[in-house]
Amino acid sequence: MTATSFHLTRSSPALSLGLVVALGVLLAVVIVSVLYGAADIGAATVWAALFSYDGSTEHLIIRTLRVPRALVAVLVGGSLAVAGAVMQGVTRNPMADPGLLGIEAGAALAVVAAVHFQGISSLAVYTWFALAGAALAAVVVYALGSAGRGGITPLKLTVSGAALTALLSSLTTGILLLDRRTLDEVCFWLAGSVAGRDLGLMLQALPLICVGLLGALLLGRKVTTLSLGEDVARGLGQRTAWVRAAAALVVVLLAGGAVALAGPVGFVGLVIPHAVRFFVGVNYRWILPYSALAGAIFLVLADVAGRLILRPQELPVGVMTALVGGPFFVYLVRWKVRR
Amino acid sequence: MRRAWLVVGRQQTSLSFRLDRRVPVWLLGLAGAALVASVLSVGVGEYPISSLDVIRAVLGLETGNPDHSFIVRTLRLPRVLVALGIGAALAVSGVIMQGLTRNPLASPELTGVTAGASLAAVVLLVATPAASVVALPWAALLGAVIAAGLVYLLSWRGDDSPLRLILVGIGLTSIIGALTTVMVTFGEIDDVARALVWLTGSVYGTSWEGLRALVPWMAVFLPAALILARHLDVLHLGEDVARGLGSRVELQRGLLLLTAAALVAATVTVAGTVGFVGLIAPHIARRLVGPSHEGVLPTAALTGSLIVVLADLLGRTLFAPVEIPCGVVTAVIGAPFFMYLLYRNRNN
Repeated sequence: MTATSFHLTRSSPALSLGLVVALGVLLAVVIVSVLYGAADIGAATVWAALFSYDGSTEHLIIRTLRVPRALVAVLVGGSLAVAGAVMQGVTRNPMADPGLLGIEAGAALAVVAAVHFQGISSLAVYTWFALAGAALAAVVVYALGSAGRGGITPLKLTVSGAALTALLSSLTTGILLLDRRTLDEVCFWLAGSVAGRDLGLMLQALPLICVGLLGALLLGRKVTTLSLGEDVARGLGQRTAWVRAAAALVVVLLAGGAVALAGPVGFVGLVIPHAVRFFVGVNYRWILPYSALAGAIFLVLADVAGRLILRPQELPVGVMTALVGGPFFVYLVRWKVRR
Repeated sequence: MRRAWLVVGRQQTSLSFRLDRRVPVWLLGLAGAALVASVLSVGVGEYPISSLDVIRAVLGLETGNPDHSFIVRTLRLPRVLVALGIGAALAVSGVIMQGLTRNPLASPELTGVTAGASLAAVVLLVATPAASVVALPWAALLGAVIAAGLVYLLSWRGDDSPLRLILVGIGLTSIIGALTTVMVTFGEIDDVARALVWLTGSVYGTSWEGLRALVPWMAVFLPAALILARHLDVLHLGEDVARGLGSRVELQRGLLLLTAAALVAATVTVAGTVGFVGLIAPHIARRLVGPSHEGVLPTAALTGSLIVVLADLLGRTLFAPVEIPCGVVTAVIGAPFFMYLLYRNRNN
């Protein structure tokens, strides 16, 4: 079965071309992000820093600060958007988002607790705890949201996520207050920012995120079927339980990896899939790759805007995404979702 | 035969209260518990003071140690009194919100009202650093009213959906929270330090000045809430019934909402966001004295006081010498309670 048999609004070649264009836009915004910063560094110097590194201060800034920052934004934005898209498709919940449903808060709490109770300070272990926390939170929120008559409804699931987020983040705050050392170690990380992440941490999370992205893309067609409803998917011969489990694993890998890198950043997974769906229709084989690129573009731009708005101070990227995503969330709740 | 209701005041006058028989008993019990908790809380600390000495020092009697008077009356007493006050104010505004919206999940922090009050106060602090403690509650009130209006407008769609109100509140809270961060980043550093002190939801370091800022608001709006409580019973029957019974629905709703917003504004300016008290206390009170708001309101007020004093006491003693702000303690208790409420209402 080819993609065109889904009777989409746009043809397959046009969509392929669109992906290439999106990739170009992503490259452009990454370049803008690297060029722009507190120190004025010309394009020629940036080029030299990348390809003929001489160890000068400017080259050091480009290599250790600006490039990692842009790459982290790309990775985090892409994985959060794909995680959100998979969640929205599988749960048929237009308000699904790893941040709103408490999965990011779970990952954050697990990391903070690990640092506090185990004294773990190696970044490598952060990632595994983040994954475990994300998985646990996902199970709890799903159980809570699906209790009662009518099974899992968007409103119930989202409110459960909010309750879980409140609990987990207040526990996180409590641990941080108890322990100055933990606070110092993870404070930079918990703000939900892409600044100051070193390449070592990125290399830790990179394989997880790559596996998650690959898995998501492979699941694309199954998610499309499942998004038509449990009954339809079963009728078409899909073993829905397996697809759900695989999708959950993908979400945990992506969201956990993203949180390990950047801390909790909300609303990317909510907004991007909706924006993408507007352009490419309802087929997740296209929605997922487009979400990856659009999420990356969005987060890089949000980071640049966060640096621009209050010069010379910087706003964490999580604030920028909340400013864009919050109103969109209210719009969804108000006008798009029935009980 | 034992009557089920107590009527306080003459029925010919416009002011009378009809209370469930259980109310006075519980009020006395809760007041006693709050008193005991307060005395304990004043006594506990880096420098422990026996309960008897605490009572002596509060009453101005000689305790044989000149330090006691200073520690109790200057350092610890205002803190406990503020905790009592904000607990009552938050609980009462929670009762009003749950009654008005007929939504068991409504509470100041879940609907974004608290966040609105905080943002307005931070804006005032950043805009005019010299703003006095007296001006802050007014700004916070404006913010609370605007947030309440917004959440109501955005969530009302002709049907009552408890969850939609909460979700719009959550969306608003995250937008307002982001804007607050923008303001805090934008402002001068020392203002920010001042702003952050009460944004964390703590009664740490509260002085008599903070209490003085709180008292006038409590003195006006707690009695107002008590007088308006009977209208909540009528409004709770639904808009049509209330109108049919001759209620001036819009006026009463407006007054009640203003009262709730004012109480939240006063607490936010003194102690920041102490979450979930406004959610829990009304539920406990209803469980104790039944659904009539004239009884629920004072019971919830005392329950709220007790909760905040205990939360503050726990926060100070659990991990001493480190202090956990009472806002964190109430959230850790309140969020699971919120989940329990969701679970209990799962079929609605």
